[in-house]
Amino acid sequence: MSAAFPIALASAAILSGTSLLYATLGELIGERAGIVNLGLEGLMLIGASTGFAGAAVTANPYLGVAAAALAGVAANGLFSYVVITRHANQLAAGLSLTFFGLGASALIGRPFVGAIVPGLPHLGAFDLLVWLAAPLAIVLSGLLYRTRWGLTLRAVGESPAAAFAAGRRPDRVQYEALAVAGALGGISGAHLSLAVALTWDEGMTAGRGFIAIALVIFAGWNPLWAVIGALVFGGAESLQLQFQARGVDVSPFLMNMVPYLLTLLVLTFSGLRGRSAAPAGLGRSFFGVE
Amino acid sequence: MTVQHVCHLMAEAAPILEARGVVKRFGPLLANDVDHFAVHAGEVVALLGENGAGKSTLCKILYGYYRPDAGEIRVSGRPASISSPHDARRYGIGMVFQNFSLIPALSVWENVALFLDDTPWAISPASMRRRMRPLADRLRLEADLNLPVGRLAVGDQQKVEILKQLLAGARVLIFDEPTKVLAPQEAEGLFLSLADLSDEGYGLVYITHKLREVAACADRVVVMRQGRIVGSASAREASEAELLGMMFGEQPAREPAAAPAVTPGQTILALEGVATSSGNGAVSLRDLTLGLRSGEILGVAGVSGNGQRELADLVLGLARPTRGVKTLWGEDASRWTAARVRARGVASIPDDPSALALVPSLTARENLGLGDARRYRKGLSLDWPRLTADMAKSAERLRLPPIRYETRVFALSGGNQQRLALTRELAHDPKLIVALYPSRGLDARSTDALRALFLAARAAGAGLMLFSEELDELISLSDRIIVLREGRVAGEFSPASFALDTIGACMVGTADAA
Amino acid sequence: MPREAALARFGPAASAARRALIVAVAASAIFALLLLIDGKDPVRAYRDTIVYVFANAYGFSELFVRMSPLLLTSVAVALPSRLGLINVGGEGQLYMGGLFATAGALGFAHWPALALIPLMTALGFLGGALWALLPGLLRAAKLVNETISTLLLNYIAPLIVSYVIFGPWRSSESASYPESPAFAAGARLPTLGSTRVHLGLVYGLVCLCIYGFAIGRTRWGLEMRAIGGNAEASLRLGVPVSAYIIGSMAVAGGVAGLAGMAEASAIQGRLVAQLSPGYGFMGFLVAWLAGGSAVGILTMAALFAVLSSVGDVLQITQGVPFSVINLLMAAILFIVLGERGAGGRR
Repeated sequence: MSAAFPIALASAAILSGTSLLYATLGELIGERAGIVNLGLEGLMLIGASTGFAGAAVTANPYLGVAAAALAGVAANGLFSYVVITRHANQLAAGLSLTFFGLGASALIGRPFVGAIVPGLPHLGAFDLLVWLAAPLAIVLSGLLYRTRWGLTLRAVGESPAAAFAAGRRPDRVQYEALAVAGALGGISGAHLSLAVALTWDEGMTAGRGFIAIALVIFAGWNPLWAVIGALVFGGAESLQLQFQARGVDVSPFLMNMVPYLLTLLVLTFSGLRGRSAAPAGLGRSFFGVE
Repeated sequence: MTVQHVCHLMAEAAPILEARGVVKRFGPLLANDVDHFAVHAGEVVALLGENGAGKSTLCKILYGYYRPDAGEIRVSGRPASISSPHDARRYGIGMVFQNFSLIPALSVWENVALFLDDTPWAISPASMRRRMRPLADRLRLEADLNLPVGRLAVGDQQKVEILKQLLAGARVLIFDEPTKVLAPQEAEGLFLSLADLSDEGYGLVYITHKLREVAACADRVVVMRQGRIVGSASAREASEAELLGMMFGEQPAREPAAAPAVTPGQTILALEGVATSSGNGAVSLRDLTLGLRSGEILGVAGVSGNGQRELADLVLGLARPTRGVKTLWGEDASRWTAARVRARGVASIPDDPSALALVPSLTARENLGLGDARRYRKGLSLDWPRLTADMAKSAERLRLPPIRYETRVFALSGGNQQRLALTRELAHDPKLIVALYPSRGLDARSTDALRALFLAARAAGAGLMLFSEELDELISLSDRIIVLREGRVAGEFSPASFALDTIGACMVGTADAA
Repeated sequence: MPREAALARFGPAASAARRALIVAVAASAIFALLLLIDGKDPVRAYRDTIVYVFANAYGFSELFVRMSPLLLTSVAVALPSRLGLINVGGEGQLYMGGLFATAGALGFAHWPALALIPLMTALGFLGGALWALLPGLLRAAKLVNETISTLLLNYIAPLIVSYVIFGPWRSSESASYPESPAFAAGARLPTLGSTRVHLGLVYGLVCLCIYGFAIGRTRWGLEMRAIGGNAEASLRLGVPVSAYIIGSMAVAGGVAGLAGMAEASAIQGRLVAQLSPGYGFMGFLVAWLAGGSAVGILTMAALFAVLSSVGDVLQITQGVPFSVINLLMAAILFIVLGERGAGGRR
């Protein structure tokens, strides 16, 4: 292997790690508010297809990203309503959102299969979304730990009843958190189709949404750790492409398994370490007083 | 003018908080019908009554948790419209709940900042802490304000709860059985704080069903029974008999007769140098040695969270010792499963049967079949007729009402859930009974019935392990009392040395007894 | 994550009829909407479809072909759900069942059907069971939530299948379209007459009956429902909770594996990369909507067989993409979840 290999690998890791990071940060904000969203996969698909379609129609990739973010907010709004207002089971509702994303994205993207779109332009070595990703993690961290909104959000994630008793509105904060999560999930998908793959393909996220959910656990619900996790998993993903490009003889099917296996391993080790960092109210329904 | 003097003047003015003609029903149940209840500034009012007398309901109405069906609440003489705790706080009413409304994972200052309405959008932790410090010092809260609340001692958590109410501008504080979670020494500290607060002109309401506490801290006592206020007296002048008469109507509750002495028999349970390793946050047992013989009631005292649940779990086979040996009837039972322990005649009576002993979504009959699947197995299923007959007999013997077999357990009242669990657990003359806070949430009558059951089981030769946070209860029932502290036996007491203060001191660690 | 007895709380089978109606109405409406968007006449499309599916012996028999795997994958969801476990891994378990059964079919190709079919059935069960055993173990050890682990394993199983049919098991006959060599006649499940209805339907019905009987009438069923209702209390009453978690997951995976075995043996006659058009996920939906009741599963599986047939026909005749079925499933789930949530406090 040449000396260029590590550099190419690192740059590919950063590129695919970026989409993972946006998705992870979105899920993290939602989970900090007590809501686990297995529909992240569907959000990413909707973002990827809407972003691609938007860029194709307007010939402006940034407008594509904006469209993806809006679509993510809208799709997550549906999930929010069912989960927060109707108190539906979060896991089942999340899976529904994933099904929804699979179907909706196929319809949205159908006219654009094989289309050529302007990808996100590079500013220096990477596109804008890459440059913004790590600062975003820092901003979110500040938002969570140093503002009243973040304090309320974390309190709701720990104990909606206690937050309510303290005069806060748990449902409102959860809606807000899921709106942020929807936007970030959409952007994550758009980055995948407009910067990484430069194409739209049905089901192209291939389980990255679920990997991002596992990354939240890996990161111990802390935005800054999510940056490191996303880089590691981005590296695992791009390893296969880099091997292929260099003619290393490993079955692509086996290489494709690496991220999923790695995720399972990471989850197992997080389990061994104990789940003390998880918000205490994660996954529960809150019915107001009594 | 002295502070006392000012308070007197204010007391003659309008009460700081007042309820008039408040009625509250839950379905057919009349929970509250209160003509008049008032608290004045600088006064500690004890609200005394049995469980279910309506004390908590009244206070939750005052704090905006419930809306009354009729009646009026006045603050400093003016009518107040209170429809949520948030409203109540704007009128200067605060409430300190039994299980505090604190979030264990958040730090002390974060919990307080969450509660305050004037917390700025961007929070500076340092300035929050500076703002809290003087009040924390006055309440003798010495803990680091950066610590997660979950890591504080219970007494300190209570101080945080008081602190946040005061910072939010409370003028009246309502305490819901505040000593229930405290060790006797911590309770003394609380009484001091209450005295300080009333001297400063705050109005305090103190919900309790313990007569002794009324004398210790209240100025005035108001007694409730069946949702109504049945009497009021000066706390210093009222006699115990008088108050008991008001609480229970015509027949004052009698002290349970002293248990007949039974000679303990063979050793049932022995722990020798036992240690356990804990999961997240739990206390682990360390170097624990104790024995229990048949016909003996062993009382286990201690501030909650010092290894009581862990010890009960160990005995019941739900946890295994990492060191030391557990023997049951002379056999090494360290590695027995819970099923095997039960099959040998060990019964478990937990504090919250619907969470720990019953499956609410199943019917009563199915629940009765649960812990005894081995005994009743028949073909692929269970021998339901035989099971039903046995359980009916058990209920009859325990003098419990007949069981409604086809009712799902969630539809039963708390008392009936407890009775269902007792019917099952005591159906086959258990030889060892592990009772973990069994009288929690029971009213006085049910508690008396439970005591009678325990004494009968002892007379029949069973050994009992009774965990309780009520020292009175332990002293009146136990043949021996051990105190658990930080997972160790901190002291052992025989009836000759049963005394509230020495056992209490041992619980909080100011004195070790041999 | 805290656990609710997910399906057990979903309500009794009594409301299954109403739910079936919701499904049928929502499905028709969504299909019609999509056809309208595409500028087609929904009424005519529906008439054509109904005629094709119901008034035609082959079309009608196809309903049973689709129902067979659905019955199996929905039992695979319903069984663990009684303990409060959410098994979303039916798809992966199905693929592993197909993979293991294929190993038997290729390795013992010369065996007579009377011996080979039972062997393949056992292997199919084993493959699915092993694939679900891992999530069961991880869950019982309180390490990883079974929802996320079964989801992840769904992505790995098809990759393993692709690996073997592109590699060691690649058929020499078809160079362009990778698949395993065709099964010998003795490795094909018997079918009914000239239709594609196969023995897998019997597998499905038998599994469903055993499931219904075991849950309602045996002490194991009682203990499983107890765990689903209150795991903590069950543990304290001496119910071996971990053993039930591991066992029920393994059995569920095995049942889903049978579906994979049947698809490979009866429908494809070989192992292919696209063994299932999402039967695992559809089974999840069927079990959810049926509230875990055996009768409900039968009804819903039939309904979904119709839906997926209709979807297929519309795809062929009207060019509606098959992924629309996902949209449909999501819409139905959201409607039912929202409807239920309102009164779902108990």
